[in-house]
Amino acid sequence: MNPTALLSFIIFAPTAGALILVLMDGRAVDKLRNVALFTTIITFVATIILYTQFDKSAVGYQMLVAKQWIPSWNVYYRLGVDGISLPLVLLTSLVCMLAAVASWSINKLHRGYFILFLLLESGMLGVFLALDFFLFYVFWEVMLLPMYFLIGVWGGPRKEYAAIKFFLYTLAGSVLMLIAMLMFYFNSGGQEHSFNLIELAKLAAGSSSELAGGLTPSMQITAFVLLFIGFAIKLPSVPVHTWLPDAHVEAPTPISMILAGVLLKMGGYGIIRIAFPMCPYGAYYAAWALVAIGVISIIYGAFAALAQTDFKRLVAYSSVSHMGYVLIGLAVWKISEGTGQTVNPDMWNMGISGAMFQMLAHGISSAGMFFMVGVIYDRVHHRDINKFGGLMAKMPIYSGLSAGIFFAGLGLPGLCGFIGEVFVVLSTWNFNPLMAIIAASGVILTAGYILWTLQRVYLGPEYKGPHADAITPINTRELVVASTLMVLAVVLGIFPNIIFSIMNGSIGELVRHMQAGYEQAAGVLLVQLQAMQQVRL
Amino acid sequence: MFSELIQNLIDDTIGDGQSLQYFQSELWLSGTIVVMLLFRLFSLDRFLPTALVAIAGAVVATIVSWLHLHTILGEQQDVSAPFFTGLLIQDLFSVYFRIFLSLFLVLTIALTMLSGIPDNEDAPDFYTLLLGATIGMMIMASANNLLMLFIGVEMASVPSYVMVGFLKGRKSSSEAALKYVVYGAGAAGVMLYGISLIAGVLGTGDMSLLSDRLRIVADGGVARLGDPEVRTVALGIMLVLVGLAFKLSLVPFHFWCPDAFEGASAEVGGFLSVASKASAFGLLVRFCVSLSGDPSGAELMTAFGLGLGVVAMITMTFGNLAAYAQSNIKRLMAYSSIAHAGYMLMAVSAMLVMQNSDRAMALGSEINACIGGLLYYLAVYLFMNLGAFAVVALIRNHTFSEEIDSYAGLVHQSPALCICMLFCMFSLVGIPPFGGFFAKLMIFGAAFQAGELHWAMYVLLAAGGLNTVFSLVYYVHVLKTMFIDERPADARPVHLPKLEGVYVGLLGLFVLILGCAPLIPDGLNTIASDAANSVFSAIAPARY
Repeated sequence: MNPTALLSFIIFAPTAGALILVLMDGRAVDKLRNVALFTTIITFVATIILYTQFDKSAVGYQMLVAKQWIPSWNVYYRLGVDGISLPLVLLTSLVCMLAAVASWSINKLHRGYFILFLLLESGMLGVFLALDFFLFYVFWEVMLLPMYFLIGVWGGPRKEYAAIKFFLYTLAGSVLMLIAMLMFYFNSGGQEHSFNLIELAKLAAGSSSELAGGLTPSMQITAFVLLFIGFAIKLPSVPVHTWLPDAHVEAPTPISMILAGVLLKMGGYGIIRIAFPMCPYGAYYAAWALVAIGVISIIYGAFAALAQTDFKRLVAYSSVSHMGYVLIGLAVWKISEGTGQTVNPDMWNMGISGAMFQMLAHGISSAGMFFMVGVIYDRVHHRDINKFGGLMAKMPIYSGLSAGIFFAGLGLPGLCGFIGEVFVVLSTWNFNPLMAIIAASGVILTAGYILWTLQRVYLGPEYKGPHADAITPINTRELVVASTLMVLAVVLGIFPNIIFSIMNGSIGELVRHMQAGYEQAAGVLLVQLQAMQQVRL
Repeated sequence: MFSELIQNLIDDTIGDGQSLQYFQSELWLSGTIVVMLLFRLFSLDRFLPTALVAIAGAVVATIVSWLHLHTILGEQQDVSAPFFTGLLIQDLFSVYFRIFLSLFLVLTIALTMLSGIPDNEDAPDFYTLLLGATIGMMIMASANNLLMLFIGVEMASVPSYVMVGFLKGRKSSSEAALKYVVYGAGAAGVMLYGISLIAGVLGTGDMSLLSDRLRIVADGGVARLGDPEVRTVALGIMLVLVGLAFKLSLVPFHFWCPDAFEGASAEVGGFLSVASKASAFGLLVRFCVSLSGDPSGAELMTAFGLGLGVVAMITMTFGNLAAYAQSNIKRLMAYSSIAHAGYMLMAVSAMLVMQNSDRAMALGSEINACIGGLLYYLAVYLFMNLGAFAVVALIRNHTFSEEIDSYAGLVHQSPALCICMLFCMFSLVGIPPFGGFFAKLMIFGAAFQAGELHWAMYVLLAAGGLNTVFSLVYYVHVLKTMFIDERPADARPVHLPKLEGVYVGLLGLFVLILGCAPLIPDGLNTIASDAANSVFSAIAPARY
């Protein structure tokens, strides 16, 4: 299939599904559900086709699409995949499909819900496939609008507060990103300004054939800080994480799954796709701060999770904690002062691989955890951990699967959460042993809150909370979602190379590229320094 | 001698000068006014509604302007021809504004036909005022002389005062009109004084000569405030800017705006917020460009540019913060339009800073982009603001209320209106894929580039970004009320006839198209930057 058609189909198939829903009768609930589910399945199949057509041995972007969009601003409809975006595209379409199955529990305004749901999917896939900064930004914001209404209309009691808080935080981040976008656009000289992410990244590494002009070290630092704040809000890392517990708790279950499973990955993806390659000097400049923020997020998130009594809030804080590993893994870049060369580039490569893997693993385990919370919430209509207990006896299959998925989140060897954390912690040792020790000790806290939660919710003699008679065993629909996630958690835990084999080429390329970019920027600085000394002499 | 003068005037008007040719749109509108009044005189309006006559006139004016556009674009060069002995000027910029204003007139008349204000009895009066104001605005956008600047502003303002007070029975409407008149009269007086100072010192009212004259007047060829003549001119410029700031409702000359909007009907509010503001921006650009570009006045005009930047910053911040507390949708829209005037002023400020720097020659296309961005913003603003006001007017016809609370849960009764409102509101915030985003990006880009010349522009850019985030809350509050809240059981139902749905749908569609369709934004952007180019080449052909 030709790449233009395939990639455009992946992005716009959900939109087309949404348009079909607009024309349908809002009262035919089952039909609406089926059309929405069918749309997500088709999209998933299309991403699988994308996977089969992807050449793992090639380095760099594949299946490039470039069509003029707004010529007077040199904006292109530019798409493509590489080893970094492909796994996330697969994750997105998978999580959306499972969330569509989980959406059977939505009980009002079905048509509006599914329309927004599908538009959201389009936006997310667009973000991962866009290779033009302008297009990326458009998709990034397109996601916001459906998300606001999905939380605001179908959410819990404090839905309005949570929805506007989510919107405000993200918009604040987006505005910073917008300013950074303008910086890159106007600093890319040559024949004309450009939003082309591939060429801008090459420009930073000093290997662009199309663009001229300079991304000076000081400009890279400013741009990196702006971009990083924007992406850190999405990631989320302490101290800009506070929208997340509110949004997660108030959002309906399927939307929580998408929030945790896909939306948080956009922060990490933005750093790895935009902030890093386009400002290598800024990235190295901020490496220490990034690692520190990551470590603080891990520890703070874990302690906060320990203190929660609301089941969903606990899972939300565990996300803050787990995404800290992503940030650390990306940032463990150490350069020797004397030679200007990266110390042990393979270790840094491993850190980025670990971070990417952690994003995928977290996408599976956290979506699963939110789904499991949703299943019990649908039955007993409360989420107070202290009022649970004894579910193992009444819902054995559910409890077993829950335990499995929570263990995957904990990082038990053999399950998906383990690989990412180990890779990240090992590579952090190369950066700074103390940071590695603190990050690793986060695992103990994680084990603490997860085991304690399992004990309070699933174990114990009998369930004494409200709606005890409503507790029925897990039904087939729920079983399908939960077991799919469980199987994936095991498969990725045992055969991580499925993912690594896709990513290796692109991550290696990124590391080489960033080193070149740093050397280029450091060279500029050196010239400036010599010029200043000459003036002084 | 006298007969020669007469002969020259005749030549200029109908001969080679082509003045009447250039003035066609205004003439068509004037003719329409006469026809409407005659219709009433002979009671023909009983058979043919006046609104149809008015809309026909507006459509003809649009088509005529459109043909002018094609003529100019077809000639492949910047045509800027002063006409009526140099009082007005014909270039792409004025044609752009004529199309903009007459198209907007068509849309406004269509809205009044749908919403039923005015009734058939008052229709000739109302449309006469509406068309008269539009003619004034067209003159504002093509003014080439300080005298025409004043006449244009007054021709646009006087009918507006009456339109604000048009709902005769309502006290608040009369109060609003009175406030508007008093402020307007004050501002006009101040502006006229400013004009007399400038014209008195520089010895001409011709705007294309101002910067040259300033160099001659200034001691040693450099305008400094220590020089009494330059100081007088600077004072004059400031007073003229005050007059324009009143029309643009910039802080601190905005006090009339919320009251006037609240008292006036939503249709009039929509008209004032878009047309009046747009033409005032056209005039501001012409006035500022006429004074800048010459090295002698660079320092002075840079100071004015930075001053406008500060005003822009205060205006948008104040507008956005004051909008938070509003419970009436028209007051909210009034403050929102104040904030948007602030955003748009950023472009003028950036233009002044760049145009008066020593790198002005090298920055030609960037300076162009400032005004091109402003023109694009105005085009998007037309659709998004008119769309919001149209929704307000149409809902008012059903619920008789303009309180935001009365919109609760409206999405279940009339989704078309609510979705149009959603498009307009998000576009006003500046979120893609709506047109407002692209427009805002251009303005921010202009400020960013000016930042390389003066750090204060970076501050302005940051303020613009921060304000975008601020503004989200109150726009989304309206949407929250419409989409998330429950409709009270005793609320009056809103059921929409098909035609109104098509109208708002069309406006919403344009807001979307200007943001994400592949070709149209680019075409508009190209025309806008060509129009911007023409305004610069008209004033200082020697420098380009």
